[in-house]
Amino acid sequence: MLPVPHRVARVRRETADTFTLDLVPIGPAPAEHGFLPGQFNMLYAFGVGEVAISISGDPAERGVLRHTTRIVGTVTQALGRLERGSVLGVRGPFGNAWPVEEAEGHDVVLVAGGIGLAPLRPVLYRIMARRPLYGRVVLAYGTRTPADILYRSELARWRSRPDLEMLVTVDRAVGAWPGKVGVVPALIRRAPFDPTATIAMVCGPEVMMRFSVEQLRTRGVPPERIHLSMERNMKCAVALCGHCQYGPAFVCKDGPVFRFDRIERLFNQPEI
Amino acid sequence: METLERILAEHPFLQGLDQSYVALLVGCASNVVFRAEEQLFREGTPANQFFIIRHGDVAVELHVPGRGALTIDTVHEGEVLGWSWLVPPYRWSFSARALTLTRAIAFDGACLRAKCEENHDLGYELLRRFSTVMAERLQSTRLQLMDLYGSGR
Repeated sequence: MLPVPHRVARVRRETADTFTLDLVPIGPAPAEHGFLPGQFNMLYAFGVGEVAISISGDPAERGVLRHTTRIVGTVTQALGRLERGSVLGVRGPFGNAWPVEEAEGHDVVLVAGGIGLAPLRPVLYRIMARRPLYGRVVLAYGTRTPADILYRSELARWRSRPDLEMLVTVDRAVGAWPGKVGVVPALIRRAPFDPTATIAMVCGPEVMMRFSVEQLRTRGVPPERIHLSMERNMKCAVALCGHCQYGPAFVCKDGPVFRFDRIERLFNQPEI
Repeated sequence: METLERILAEHPFLQGLDQSYVALLVGCASNVVFRAEEQLFREGTPANQFFIIRHGDVAVELHVPGRGALTIDTVHEGEVLGWSWLVPPYRWSFSARALTLTRAIAFDGACLRAKCEENHDLGYELLRRFSTVMAERLQSTRLQLMDLYGSGR
């Protein structure tokens, strides 16, 4: 699994500490450049290191890989310094996928916190491309402040669609923010979906996911219909090094998406 | 025509409340409308009311010197606003401002406190409902304080 050199075709600054890179392969494209919603790539900033980043683009779009990254450490800082034309290495895609096909015929509730919106964006692309196959579709998204909202223009477009219920909240706001202030679980409390026929996909900080799961279960969504994307320190991405071990599973290979009933025992234990 | 009694009985906050209690509450309730940007109440002033929101959005704010009004929560259709009327010294801890045209039912706090004193079963029912809302808001506040989406540094 050698990194394939890619060139940065575009850099989009999403917020003060988050950016999206559009990457295209240098030379002939790898045989299969597709990915499934929920999968990730290992991005290699030459001379600095590798980091696992979810793919956040449209799975139907071929030839370009989109990655939204938040600057949190040395490697993401290096990625944040890349400009149009820069070169980096890409390994992947790795990991399993969100249950997009399984959700057909159901209401779908996507619950995202902060940068957790990025791995869920491909799900939304795919669902909206085949919208009649699904019941009600809800996106419940929470972030820190109005300035931290990702994909602003895209969210505005989606908001205008009558077949998507988009609920956005921020932890705090000053000034002219006309939207909701509060936490994501509070959005779930009143979101319009039928809990008995819903598949929920949740991605964000673990504490946010814990309270969101609690709220989904209070509403009556069964644990086997709740799916979470777990985040652990990934190194090899092919289940050899053990860095991302999560109980008996490896997040890089068996995840990152897990059905809640299968990890419930681990999920509520600290330091696993 | 929709009667006040029916509106109260159907509001999520009061749903399932015994009809006799709803009839008692009606005596303390009135329909109110606030235009966008209109103030429902201001921090530090006497808290004589609480509101159940029928339609619209309300920002709960705290004035921070030098930073202006900081919105700490928003309250929406189907939710309840204000519990300072329940707790001495009966003064609003925060301000509330309508973000959009807001229709609500306002309850006279003194009137309700008197009814709760006379009828402890009604008082228990109301406190039970308010304590659920308070617990939810406390949990939300704690999560907000954790700054989950911050850098953690």
